[in-house]
Amino acid sequence: MSLLKPSRWRVLPFYMVLYLGFLYLPILLLPVFSFNNAAATRFPLAGFTTKWYASLWGNREMLDAAFNSLVVGICVAVLSTGLAICAARAVTRYRFRGRRAANGLIMAPLFLPEIIVAVSLLMIVLQVGAELSLLTVILGQVVFCLPYSMAVLTAGFDGFDRSLEEASLDLGETAFGTFRRVTLPVVAPAILSSLLVSFTISLDEFLLAFFLSGTEPTLPVYIWGQLRFAAKLPGVLALGSLMLALSICLLVAAEFLRRRTERQLSTGAASHV
Amino acid sequence: MVLTVDQSAPSVDSGLPARPSWRRGEEAAGLALISPTALYALFLLGVPILTVVAYSFWTQNYLEIDRSFTFENYRIALTEPIYRDLLLRSLGISLVVSFVTVVVSYPVAWFISFHGGRHKNLLLFLITVPCWTSYLLRVMSWKMILGYQGVLNTGLMSLGVITEPIASFLYNSNAVAITLVHSWAAFAILPIYVSLEKIDRSLVEAARDLGDGPARSFLRVVLPLSMPGVVSALLIVMIPTVGDYVTPRLVGGKDGVMIATAIQAQFGKAANWPLGAALSVTTMAIVTVVAGACAILLKLVARRIR
Repeated sequence: MSLLKPSRWRVLPFYMVLYLGFLYLPILLLPVFSFNNAAATRFPLAGFTTKWYASLWGNREMLDAAFNSLVVGICVAVLSTGLAICAARAVTRYRFRGRRAANGLIMAPLFLPEIIVAVSLLMIVLQVGAELSLLTVILGQVVFCLPYSMAVLTAGFDGFDRSLEEASLDLGETAFGTFRRVTLPVVAPAILSSLLVSFTISLDEFLLAFFLSGTEPTLPVYIWGQLRFAAKLPGVLALGSLMLALSICLLVAAEFLRRRTERQLSTGAASHV
Repeated sequence: MVLTVDQSAPSVDSGLPARPSWRRGEEAAGLALISPTALYALFLLGVPILTVVAYSFWTQNYLEIDRSFTFENYRIALTEPIYRDLLLRSLGISLVVSFVTVVVSYPVAWFISFHGGRHKNLLLFLITVPCWTSYLLRVMSWKMILGYQGVLNTGLMSLGVITEPIASFLYNSNAVAITLVHSWAAFAILPIYVSLEKIDRSLVEAARDLGDGPARSFLRVVLPLSMPGVVSALLIVMIPTVGDYVTPRLVGGKDGVMIATAIQAQFGKAANWPLGAALSVTTMAIVTVVAGACAILLKLVARRIR
């Protein structure tokens, strides 16, 4: 055992690094080529430039798409988190018939090909005679984001010490007051984390937006349209790098909040023992 | 003494009939709380999917929908060579992608779980970050890498490994498979990691103490116990990838077209909703059956090893 351990210790970390390289290299190419002074993405690099970023500023179409993405992202984050708060609370706090079925229905988009969700939503929207717009994108993306919000929030609510709420209720606080003054402060980081995660997913989501957006594109739909023109690629790379940076910042913030909830829950439990 | 008996007697009496009403209150509260979300999912996911199923049994003449029940669309979906081939290819690609993803991801999940130490959270976070960033951008960068004048070819040429660019990197099923494996890596690692975390470490120690080497103790203890994670990783990759639209469109070329392109065409240019619906339902049904079969097979294998 002790003879074999050192060799495995050397092979697996190496594999781990290789694997992380495989995950990150394709993504890191975006910023690398967005600063490259050539329209073609090839080696050797042709020199440093920021002109692709500068070209984004005057681009009316792109700015409109960015604004659309922002509006959609904020609405999706708020709606999806709000709906997930109710559901996650119900699932973690109460036992009731139909709990598994309801939970399964909410989590189902994780186990469905996205194209089928997109197509079925498109059919329903056109069937009821609604116009394709940013609103339909928002409604669709909320369906898609709910499982992720649920996952973040059930994890946050799960470790919550129920005796705190019971104490508050015993001391005469109303159910709503207890939620606002006892539950909410403890689970607030999880809620923020869910907001950030669903905003990030919405910002990057393409397929539903592609099917449901009508004439107002979000950023990924705009990018899809630009991909046909080879000359526009560097501009897209610059835009993509910015989106990437924003996504990573949001995810780091979400992770930071998640860990804070974890710590808070564990120290909270410790201080009550 | 009398006092305590007097106090406890009614509470025992009322305790039994009181419990169901308390239970009912609990049920009502739970149902009321989950209903907004459940209704949302019902109307924007359940009803649309049922609409797709309904449409798949109807037919369309130009703009008129004929609502008489028919299996015609399914006959076309399963026997017309284009759709049959696209279905088979999509299924093949998703099978290969899910198995490859699970196999390459397992050691990573194992390493983090058994040797991650206090860096566990950081490593998991590092692995999930690329999967949260734009899917479209990731596929786009694979197109840049694999292209004829792309990063891989020009890189290899400037290193002197090859003199002529290799055309066969891009626009085929392999390119689609590589890109999909990259996209779904974290989705495979997380369930495997969770099931590895649940394994009682003293079982592994017991196997070692009783004379099993590292390989045998892994095969007979760790692998069978982590099988639920492997199965869910397989499903969570296989089912969505079968209907992937972006990857085949960007890096698949003519030889890497998958069923999603055909489904999309029925709702766009071709404007044949019933056929598109039938293709969607067929895809879902076939992948569910295949995924179920794989899950059962893997569980049997795990039992045999033990």
